[in-house]
Order: sequence, then structure tokens, then C-alpha cells
Amino acid sequence: MKRFDLGALRAVFKGDRHSDRVVPPSGFTAQLTIFAAGAMAFLAVFALALSLASGRLAKVWGQELAQSATVRIVAPLDQRAAQTEAALKVLETTKGVASARALTDAEQEALLAPWFGPDLAIDSLPVPRLIEVVEEGEGLDPVGLRLRLSAEVPGAVLDDHSRWRAPLVAAASRLRLLGWLSTLLIATAVGAMVTLAAQAALAANAQVIAVLRLVGATDDYIGRAFIRRFTLRALLGSAVGTALGMIAVVLLPDAGEAGGFLTGLGFAGVDWLVPLLVPLLIGLVAFAATGAAARRTLRELT
Amino acid sequence: MIELENVAYSYGGGELLSDITLKLAPGSFHFLTGPSGAGKTTLMKLCYGALLPTAGHLRLFGSDVRGMDRDDIAMVRRRVGVVHQDVKFLDHLPLTENVALPLSVAGRHAEAGGTDLEELMSWVGLTHRAEALPPELSGGERQRAALARAVIMSPDVILADEPTGNIDWDMSQRLLHLLVELNRMGKTVLIATHDLGLIRATKAHVQARVLRIANRRIQLAGADL
Repeated sequence: MKRFDLGALRAVFKGDRHSDRVVPPSGFTAQLTIFAAGAMAFLAVFALALSLASGRLAKVWGQELAQSATVRIVAPLDQRAAQTEAALKVLETTKGVASARALTDAEQEALLAPWFGPDLAIDSLPVPRLIEVVEEGEGLDPVGLRLRLSAEVPGAVLDDHSRWRAPLVAAASRLRLLGWLSTLLIATAVGAMVTLAAQAALAANAQVIAVLRLVGATDDYIGRAFIRRFTLRALLGSAVGTALGMIAVVLLPDAGEAGGFLTGLGFAGVDWLVPLLVPLLIGLVAFAATGAAARRTLRELT
Repeated sequence: MIELENVAYSYGGGELLSDITLKLAPGSFHFLTGPSGAGKTTLMKLCYGALLPTAGHLRLFGSDVRGMDRDDIAMVRRRVGVVHQDVKFLDHLPLTENVALPLSVAGRHAEAGGTDLEELMSWVGLTHRAEALPPELSGGERQRAALARAVIMSPDVILADEPTGNIDWDMSQRLLHLLVELNRMGKTVLIATHDLGLIRATKAHVQARVLRIANRRIQLAGADL
């Protein structure tokens, strides 16, 4: 039996009424294989959703937040407006700054609302004034800007987001990697499961194989009868599992922006095409696993 | 066609066959006899590549078996029809599909292969059992079905290992008559049996050589019984 035979892959879909019938039906094993492939495909869809969502999040945190910074004006109430103006003037003449604007009271209230409620009297509290800085080009030089601010605006503190952005991006990237790793592990588990099922089927059909050999069947012919059967079972199970997984992802509750990362778990745009590859991947894994099991078993059965 | 030259076969440290030289010429008829365990089945298996010799030369249809891969052996088996005493079928398939199995395996079909399946079933007297499953068949019916399966590819050689071991005398005669008929069509026939009465009865109808295996070797090769 050849290691990889394109003809065998074609034969899986083309089929042969006669060769399909030489292997006796195996009811319960067939159902188990279909169920296991379906369950694995269902899990693979979620692993992919996690991976792709993490990828999107890493992109947002890595690119969009990298182009912004915040300046906090921590000063007594009577000096806060003046220092804010002074900081804005410094920022206007800073290279790499596209725009800078002080957040309004309403915007700051909105930021604090999740912790202090909606009716916060922000004027009477020593809350720092925030300046949103949008960067351009290669961005601003945080070291130089801090030096200028400390000289001209003593109450200004620059936060260029790098301190907290880097671990978040790293975490999101790690989640993405874990998602792909999970998908890979699922594919490997499918391979192991199909190998075991195929080996059991080949061993259980030793008499069938002996009869086929006696009448001149090649290992390719015998192997194909098993390969086709297990590949189609894995394809069928994984197609159903993938469909159910995608429906489950669609039905995930949407908590809006407040939900944060968890409600972003799913597929967006062309990402929806990625889970459609799961049945093909599982089918290919089943094809390769059954082929390897058949080669090994037929070599052992003289 | 099938040639063994100083062939030996060992298994598990013991030599089962030793220094076997035998040539099955086209159209010849041979009996292989000897006590149980003498190595008749082993010799038959060597003749269709199910076993490989541990010494000597075995040529199947002109090719040395040592140079053959598994696919080549499979092709040899399409030219050799084999009938065993304990014949095996695919029990989930009806008899006609079992008989036509060699054609299916070779990618041919009963009509396209130039073989009339119905005619063959009629020749072995099993037309009425065409749709029966193998476990439903009697011993004699199984042997005749095995013969039909063995000849459907119109092989050059028929090997029958104790084909009459499980059937009564009348049925044995009927089966042997079919084998003699095949030999008259030009097929080479080798029958392993320890039933000397059967050999005598057959020799009345066909010129047959009788080979006897004893002490791991072929004795009285070429001598008539």
C-alpha cells in the first residue's frame, strides 16, 4: 500500500459499489465514530472561535492603543484648568502628536460611572483632568515629553499605555496560540480515535481480509474499502458537529460593550469561513489515520 | 507455470518441507497425497504465494517469487484458483456476489469479464441458491461455490486442498468431475488429498500424476498410484 495515494483520496468520494460491500456493516462502531468526530468538531469550532477572537483583541490592543496616550493633570482645583491649558500647548508642539484634547466633565463622569454611579459631582472632587492624545507617524517620544511636562506643567503625568498594554497583548497572543494548539490537539485526538477504530475494524475483519487476499485483492483495494468507510464517517460526524458548533457560537448572548472580551468570542467577517475547514481537516486526518492503520495491519496479516 | 526447485520451508525453528522440486506444466493434472501434517497444505500455500520458501527457488508464472512485491503476489493469485477444505466466504454477501468477488476485486464485472455468472452457477448446480448467504449452505454447496469462485477469473491453475474433506462420496465425485472437466479445458489442476479411493476413481477419467509427501520431501514423484 502506498504512503499517500491521490487515487485513494479520489476513491473516497467516487466510491465503488462492489468494494463498499466487501466490508460488513458495523452498526455501533460506526455510530461511535460519527459521534466522536462530531463532538471533536464541535469543540474545534469553539477553539477556533477563541483563537480568532483573541487574535482580534491582540490586534486592537497592539495597534489601536499603541497610537494613543493619556496625560493626567493632578493639581489643586484652582490650578487644574491652567495646567491643562499649559499641557495642551506643550502637546501641540510635540512631534508625533496628531491631536490632543481634554476630556469634558461629562466624559469623565461616564468613565467613573461604573464605580461611583451616574450622578457624580465631579467638580467638587479632586479628580485629575484627563487629556486624550492621538499619535501619528512613529508616535511621540515619551521620555522627552515627560521631561518637558515636568518642567512646564508640574502636575502632568504621561501615560503612554505601554505599561499595561504589553501584558494584555501578550495574554491575547497567548490565548490565540492556545486556541490553535487546542485545534491541533483535537485533530490529533481524532486521528488517534479513528486509528483505534480502524485497527479494531481491520482486526475484526481478518477473515474478510483473508478471503479478499485469496481471490487476488491488493492491499490498496482492501485498504480503500476501510479508508473510504472511516473517512466518510468522520466527514459526516464533523460536518454535523461543525454546524452545531457554529449555531452555538451564533447563539452566544450579546452583552454589548459592557461584556468585554467574552461577548467578543466568535467569528467576524471572513472568519466565518474558517470553521468550515474543520470537517475537511478531520476528514483528511481520518483518511491519513485509517491509511496508516490499514498499511500497518495488512503488513502484519500475512 | 509453477516451478519449485530445491525448495525448503521452515517455521518456528523446524523444517516442514525440504528439497522440494516440482514443476506444474500447463494442462497437467496432479494429486498430492501423504499423511496428515506431512506438509501438503504448506506446499499448496507456496504454490500461490501465501508462503515464501526459506530456501530454494520458487517461480510463479516465470517470475521468481523473491523478486515479487505484495501487489505482484496478488496478481499471481488472480491466475490461480484456490479451493480449501475449510472454505471461507464473505458471510454478509449472497452467494452470487461471493462467486463474483474475484472479478470485483480485479475491477471487472461478471458481464464485462466475459464470464457468464449464471452459466457458472448452473455448471456447479447452485442456480437455485444464488441469493443464499454462505452460512445457509451445506458442505457440498460450499465446496462447489468455492470451485465456482476459483474458476470465475478463468485461472491457469486450480489448487484444491482437501476439497472433498467435508462432503459425502457422491458430492466428492461430482466435485472431482468438475475438476476433471476444467483440466480438459486446459487448466492445470493440483489436488491435495489423503483419500486414495478418490485418486483411483479420478484416474479412471484423466491422466494424473500422483505425488506423495513424506518426511518433508516429495517421494514417488512421477510414479502412478
